[in-house]
Amino acid sequence: MSAADIFFYILAFLTVACGVMVVANPFSRNPVTSAMFLVLTIVFMAGLFILLNAFFLAAVQILVYAGAVIVLFLFVIMLLDLKEEERRKVKTIGAGLGTIAVGAIAFLIGRSILSYAKTLPPTELTLQGSTVALGRKLFTDYVLPFEILSLLLLVAMVGVILLSKKDLK
Amino acid sequence: MISALTGFYDSLGSTGQFALWSFVKIAIVFGVVMTMVAYAVLAERKISAFIQDRQGPNRVSLPLIGSIPVLGPFLTRLGIWQPLADGVKSFLKEDFTPDYVRKAYYWIAPAITFIPALLAIAIIPFGSNLNTQKMVIADLDIGILFTFGVVSLGVYGIVLAGYSANSKYPFLGSIRSSAQMISYEIAMGMSVVPIFLVVGKLNLGEIVSYQAQHGWFIFPPFAQEQTLLSYLVWPFALLSFFIFMVSAFAETNRLPFDLPESETELVAGYNTEYSSMKFALFFMGEYAAIIAGCGLMVTLFLGGWSLPWIADQPATTIGMGIAHILIFLTKTVMLLVLFIWVRWMFPRFRYDQLMNLGWKRFIPMALANVLIVAVILMLVYRPPVVVGP
Repeated sequence: MSAADIFFYILAFLTVACGVMVVANPFSRNPVTSAMFLVLTIVFMAGLFILLNAFFLAAVQILVYAGAVIVLFLFVIMLLDLKEEERRKVKTIGAGLGTIAVGAIAFLIGRSILSYAKTLPPTELTLQGSTVALGRKLFTDYVLPFEILSLLLLVAMVGVILLSKKDLK
Repeated sequence: MISALTGFYDSLGSTGQFALWSFVKIAIVFGVVMTMVAYAVLAERKISAFIQDRQGPNRVSLPLIGSIPVLGPFLTRLGIWQPLADGVKSFLKEDFTPDYVRKAYYWIAPAITFIPALLAIAIIPFGSNLNTQKMVIADLDIGILFTFGVVSLGVYGIVLAGYSANSKYPFLGSIRSSAQMISYEIAMGMSVVPIFLVVGKLNLGEIVSYQAQHGWFIFPPFAQEQTLLSYLVWPFALLSFFIFMVSAFAETNRLPFDLPESETELVAGYNTEYSSMKFALFFMGEYAAIIAGCGLMVTLFLGGWSLPWIADQPATTIGMGIAHILIFLTKTVMLLVLFIWVRWMFPRFRYDQLMNLGWKRFIPMALANVLIVAVILMLVYRPPVVVGP
């Protein structure tokens, strides 16, 4: 096992562990704690990107996602009643449905990964991580999905404004 | 003895040598930055005293040096030993933790504020090279993106400090601060895009060597190689510099944008409940962030280690390498003094003025700036149009 492998297992374990702590923290039901663990999950995931030589993705991961969780923080602090949230119990139906959904997604992703592993020899799975290569791909092959995504974000922004304005004139 | 050392050095291999040199560089840069933080505080107090027609710190004296005839009293009057006394005081004071705070967050918040400022310094090239070593701790290709990523994590320290304190004023201060920092991060990020469009690389070392050749972005006429492009871009580079600098003031919570801790309304803002070394960490974090910001401005706009005519090539001798480092430090210190000077010259902005300036002025201006520079570059270079796959 090389050093990169060891780092991978450490980071992967920490990512999953922090991810679990976001939704099912046995010690605290405080939403702010959940948000902090979400930040840690994102940071460890950025570490995984670095192991894949995708430095650009790692930086953007932290810049965009970890930077955006701060907004979540503000939501938690300003809109949620913290005491109420801490007292709320986990509902059986919710937990059951959640488990089923996670299982289904895990099954789908696992299957697609396994099917890839059979068809492709592992040496061909090198990742192009440099900023130049990524930019070229984004503005040639993937320009349509890229633009559609930005439109989606615009819709989300308009939605937020609509929801937060009490009286629309 | 020396042959044993070189033998050990050779036995390390390239990875080991890289690790060793990185460790040495980190240790030296950390020492220099910490000293600069300590003396920036002194400079702040001396300059504020000068502006307000006072004396500033002029009492601390060391036992032996203080009794040297002329020099001792002179150094004492300059306040050279004041940072020492301040440091000892913050370590020896009682570290009081109020009953009502959320302990875990209360403890971790000062560290979270302090660390990103130091991490941001890691990628700033503070010289060209010394012997065969590049004078930068981490020569990253993503350069500036790393800085912005790390700086965006710095907000958590302030927000957690306000949240953990569990009392009104720190809480208000931290809410203000997070809104302010998120807003100005956007303007700051947009303002540097034109520079990277012109250079075509994100690596900060490349930015400096480009400027060494084509002239500083804020003042190209002394350039070694005169091009039309650098003059066409000049006004927009100045606009970039202006937006970046004002945003840096907002990001580091300095006056005229120090609303997170505005003493008249919020006692002391997010650090109200802190004492002794934890408070000192917030304080040092602020100055480390200012130093990082100044270093970044020098790198991006003021040509880093380069100086027209005298030093526009990467150093080949050790003397020149040291001169480059000194040039970089001089520029940084000059900007630092500017930061301090501004603090004592301008009144504080109102919160709505601050937000208007950020969102309604700077972000549109920065966006237009990116667009115009991109158009100029396209017209100058006129790249061949490629059609098809």
